[in-house]
Amino acid sequence: MMGTRVGMEVSIAVSHAVQLARAEAIAAYPITPQTHIVEHLSSLVANGELEAEFVNVESEHSALSTCIGMSATGARTFTATSSQGLALMHEILFIASAMRFPIVMAVANRALAGPLSIWNDHSDIMAARDIGWIQVFVENGQEAFDHTLMAFKIAENHKVILPIIVNMDGFILTHVVESLELLDQDTADRFLPPYHARHRLDPQNPVTMGAFAMPELFTEVKMAHQMALVNSYDRILKVWKEFGDLTGRHYQPVEHYKTEGAKVLLLTMGCLGEVAEVAVDEMRAAGEKVGLLKLRMWRPFPFTDLREAMGGAKLLIVCDRALSLGGAAPPVLAEVRSTFYAANPKLQILGYVVGLGGRDVPPETFKEIVAQAQTEAKQGPSQEYHIFGVRG
Amino acid sequence: MDKFGFAQSQKFDTYASRLMPREEYFTSGHRSCQGCGEALAVRWVCKAIGKDAIIAHATGCMEIVSSGMPQTAWLNPWIHVAFENTAAVASGVEAGLKILTRKGKLTGPMPKVVAMGGDGGTSDIGLQALSGAMERGHNFTYFCWDNEAYMNTGIQRSSSTPYGAMTTTSPPGKMSIGQATQKKNMMAIAVAHGIPYVATASPSYLFDLYFKVRKAIETPGPAYVHVLSVCPTGWRSATELSVRLGRLAVETGVFPLYEVVDGRYRLTVEVPKLRPVRDYLKPQGRFRHLRSKEIDFIQRHTLAQYELLLQKCQALYPEFPSVSPSAEEEGQ
Repeated sequence: MMGTRVGMEVSIAVSHAVQLARAEAIAAYPITPQTHIVEHLSSLVANGELEAEFVNVESEHSALSTCIGMSATGARTFTATSSQGLALMHEILFIASAMRFPIVMAVANRALAGPLSIWNDHSDIMAARDIGWIQVFVENGQEAFDHTLMAFKIAENHKVILPIIVNMDGFILTHVVESLELLDQDTADRFLPPYHARHRLDPQNPVTMGAFAMPELFTEVKMAHQMALVNSYDRILKVWKEFGDLTGRHYQPVEHYKTEGAKVLLLTMGCLGEVAEVAVDEMRAAGEKVGLLKLRMWRPFPFTDLREAMGGAKLLIVCDRALSLGGAAPPVLAEVRSTFYAANPKLQILGYVVGLGGRDVPPETFKEIVAQAQTEAKQGPSQEYHIFGVRG
Repeated sequence: MDKFGFAQSQKFDTYASRLMPREEYFTSGHRSCQGCGEALAVRWVCKAIGKDAIIAHATGCMEIVSSGMPQTAWLNPWIHVAFENTAAVASGVEAGLKILTRKGKLTGPMPKVVAMGGDGGTSDIGLQALSGAMERGHNFTYFCWDNEAYMNTGIQRSSSTPYGAMTTTSPPGKMSIGQATQKKNMMAIAVAHGIPYVATASPSYLFDLYFKVRKAIETPGPAYVHVLSVCPTGWRSATELSVRLGRLAVETGVFPLYEVVDGRYRLTVEVPKLRPVRDYLKPQGRFRHLRSKEIDFIQRHTLAQYELLLQKCQALYPEFPSVSPSAEEEGQ
């Protein structure tokens, strides 16, 4: 028996994955709704159950900066944040990936102020989509646990060496108790061997890290970063497959739900997927040919998987949980449209923004959106995209 | 004694300069300006910290002149991340070394952890990260290269710019005397954190600087060393006067050399009779616009500050218990 099934708060499960990964260095600053993750890690360290240095920094900017210092010595490094904290880190997010530090970060997705909101949406991470990190979204507690553990193996792969963010919806995922299957330490150790940094700060072999680049070199460095991120795709899938073979839980860049024969496809990210499944079940039962795609891999963007996922569908409805105020489209819609612009110009793609700042998204919302979108698809879209359910 | 106080410098002869390390860790070929007091300070600080040290450096003059990809002037392992976070990066380096040593992944004595930044990166934008790192008690030494303005971006004022100085963002004019505020007292801020070692230093007093650096890096816990770095480009002074201006800063009482060990102040370079501040201000173009009344104000302010420092040096300090009950037991 390799794993045990337990009921556990998802934040605790994430901390447990970090413990199983034998993370060595953690720096974090409290922010709701990420706090339970680092609180639990603090107590694991305080009780000697996790042999690690836990640094209580004075801001998120310093949290990530400290993680960079930790990772530069060759320590396996973890942090977690949310919303304003991720925004405060913004400057350092780009540097962490450009300097190729395999830091693992859990982001409990929460709305960015203003107005201040502690509740869930994706505006925090969408403001950080171009930071050059690997980014995945999880849908439930099991996935949060699995992907946190796998993240270390992906990030530290010598052909990858990039930081990685595991996105999990704040409160509606992080704070719920779910039934999930854990791994035992031996299995985790076999899956994830100790980290050996190729380059580290070492007086016996001194290196200069973080040199600046003149125009003659800057573009080449960015290209190398781009190639590393794009090429990480194969390694990510390899790690997911290895984990799948080990646990029976297989993951794909784009997950399919009842897509066979679907004429209309919904696309969601994060834990809206499970709600949308309920709606799809009900619509299917009513004879509607509706299916669901769940975008798990956000960076690198899985173009091919998404194109192949269309099958014979004529209408794709993208559900965003963030805005690009005054822009051409909300973030996910913009990328999806770009994905199909040349590849499948006949595909109709409509966008709906839902669930901002903790606004509840019940199954009925998806049913209403599908009905509205089908009408729009026939008559032609009335606007570029909709912010669904705005009152007044 | 000549106009610039050469007599004071004669006491250098009492030190054995031949015993100083010949090894260079901040090597030639970097792109600092002619007469850069900061580069001189960095070079000697690196000699003092030696090979077994890891340096985190803030964005700023010394980073820009020394680390243009694919070249480097640093023979120590060195990391630059951003402007305001170098104390946080150093915190991480120290924590990483600690855990890897504890787990047996690193063997041998732990390398010294050093953070360096300019006065902007220290007293302005990096103050929060530095305060956090000092409060948490990381075993590291922070060096502030204080050239008293944002020289790298073109001589803009910082909170470390002295009263009356002309910078590109504190220009003198009909409505302005130049910098209108007094220089931020970073030393007092560092001391207020209760850290075990705090010192001022100057590359014009190399031996004083050298021994302070040795003390700072050997002190367990956080240490802070504030180095006055003469900047001919920003101070509008002759390049050949850099070392001399550093001495004049000390001899006029503008930048006294002292250390604060476990909260106790001590002057390390005593100046029996302070020279008038005019001697220090006059060779610098950044003070050229000052009239007698402002110079007189600076004089009075300098003397008052100096007197306050002397009083701190003469104060009677109570005995404090050690850092923790367990540390006290170990000490007994």
